[in-house]
Amino acid sequence: MQTVKMVVTGPFNAGKTEFIRSVSEIDVVSTERKISAETERIKDTTTVAMDFGRITVDNDLVLYLFGTPGQKRFDFMWEILSEGMLGFIVMVDSTRPETFREARSILETFRAYAPTPYVVAANKQDCQDAWAIEDMRIALRLDSHVKLLNCVALEKESVKNVLLELLYSILDEMDGGKS
Amino acid sequence: MALKGNLRDFTITQLLNLINLAQKTGVLTVDGPVDPVYVFFREGKLAYAQVGRNSNGLVTILHKANKLTAHQYKVIKERGGHLSDKELGLLLINANYITQQEIISSLQAHFVGIVNQLFSWVEGIFKFDSDVKPPQGKIVVRVGLENLIIDGTRRLHEWEQLQDEIPSLDMALKFTDRPGANIRDINLSVEEWRVVSYINPKNSIRQIARANKLNEMEIRRIVYGLLQAGFVQIVRPDGAAPRVSQRTQIPATRTTVDQEEQKSLIFRIIDRIRAL
Repeated sequence: MQTVKMVVTGPFNAGKTEFIRSVSEIDVVSTERKISAETERIKDTTTVAMDFGRITVDNDLVLYLFGTPGQKRFDFMWEILSEGMLGFIVMVDSTRPETFREARSILETFRAYAPTPYVVAANKQDCQDAWAIEDMRIALRLDSHVKLLNCVALEKESVKNVLLELLYSILDEMDGGKS
Repeated sequence: MALKGNLRDFTITQLLNLINLAQKTGVLTVDGPVDPVYVFFREGKLAYAQVGRNSNGLVTILHKANKLTAHQYKVIKERGGHLSDKELGLLLINANYITQQEIISSLQAHFVGIVNQLFSWVEGIFKFDSDVKPPQGKIVVRVGLENLIIDGTRRLHEWEQLQDEIPSLDMALKFTDRPGANIRDINLSVEEWRVVSYINPKNSIRQIARANKLNEMEIRRIVYGLLQAGFVQIVRPDGAAPRVSQRTQIPATRTTVDQEEQKSLIFRIIDRIRAL
């Protein structure tokens, strides 16, 4: 049995766990804990080690999706999770510009870990306060060749689209193109 | 789509950068400690600015800029109070009180001063409303934002923020592909020019700092200014070894199968995900 993995990363509360949950065929193995810090009390729990989802491709191949913990104090996990990944997805909450800087920092960190293809998913695009994609591209300082995709992590089709775009980027890179 | 937030989280430098690069037209409203500030932009350039609902009229701005004497100021206020800034400006030029260039430069300095104030604000709710034009009858200017951004970031001293913006000095820089942008028109300091002369994907930021005898804080500040002005972007240095070991950076599947098999593997995953 061959296994491959993709990593879903991004700031706290960007929607990484929901993203994996939308497509995983198993209940996501989540290592969530109650949040203690008052400043991070946007939601009740957060991922402290990793989320883990699975998609069985066929009898010989399984794709694992790993979600990184969003809180900065768990960033020692990132390098471990990035080992051997096919590519990675950076989730960004489109309604919270205060997290854009951190998202960019996470992106740079992962690029330093491994030169694998990546895409950026602008999550919560269905919310009224969501920033426009073109504004987010500038705010995140993404080059025009970097894929910045509309995303609603709770919708399976939207998540599938992000995963497919990452896979197309991986194919492009194999053909010698840019991701 | 909304473009709103708090300066605490998204700084004025980042906002100006966004407006500049997206060539936005509209008004940026920032709630200040006393009065809101309104800054109008046209196609990514500063056009007009005022503090509070009632702006300083042209005569007040010219008086503060020492272009009109106290007596002239009083007389014009009395007699020309009902005129719009545009009408008044025309009248003053025709009466040889002042030249058109003096009016424009005084207004530019006044508007830039208002924007510069914003750089010192660490907090304030902002929103950007597209396609809103300056109040009728006001004289508008056209000031590029790059110099404003560079000037503003020169004042930036927060080491922590600079570290967040540029997490690794082992990355390199390259000039962005921006048609129409000309770095020769930008007012850079000698140190900034020296850094610019070393920008090349082969040179890491650390190497550039060493070559220019700059410490980490100084190089970060300069690079941050250039990044915010949209002139450069961070890239992996040419030929650099990735941080992680060969074993960890390349999936096992890639090292053990040939290119065609790898592609076939990806196609299988694509088919599976499409079918989900």
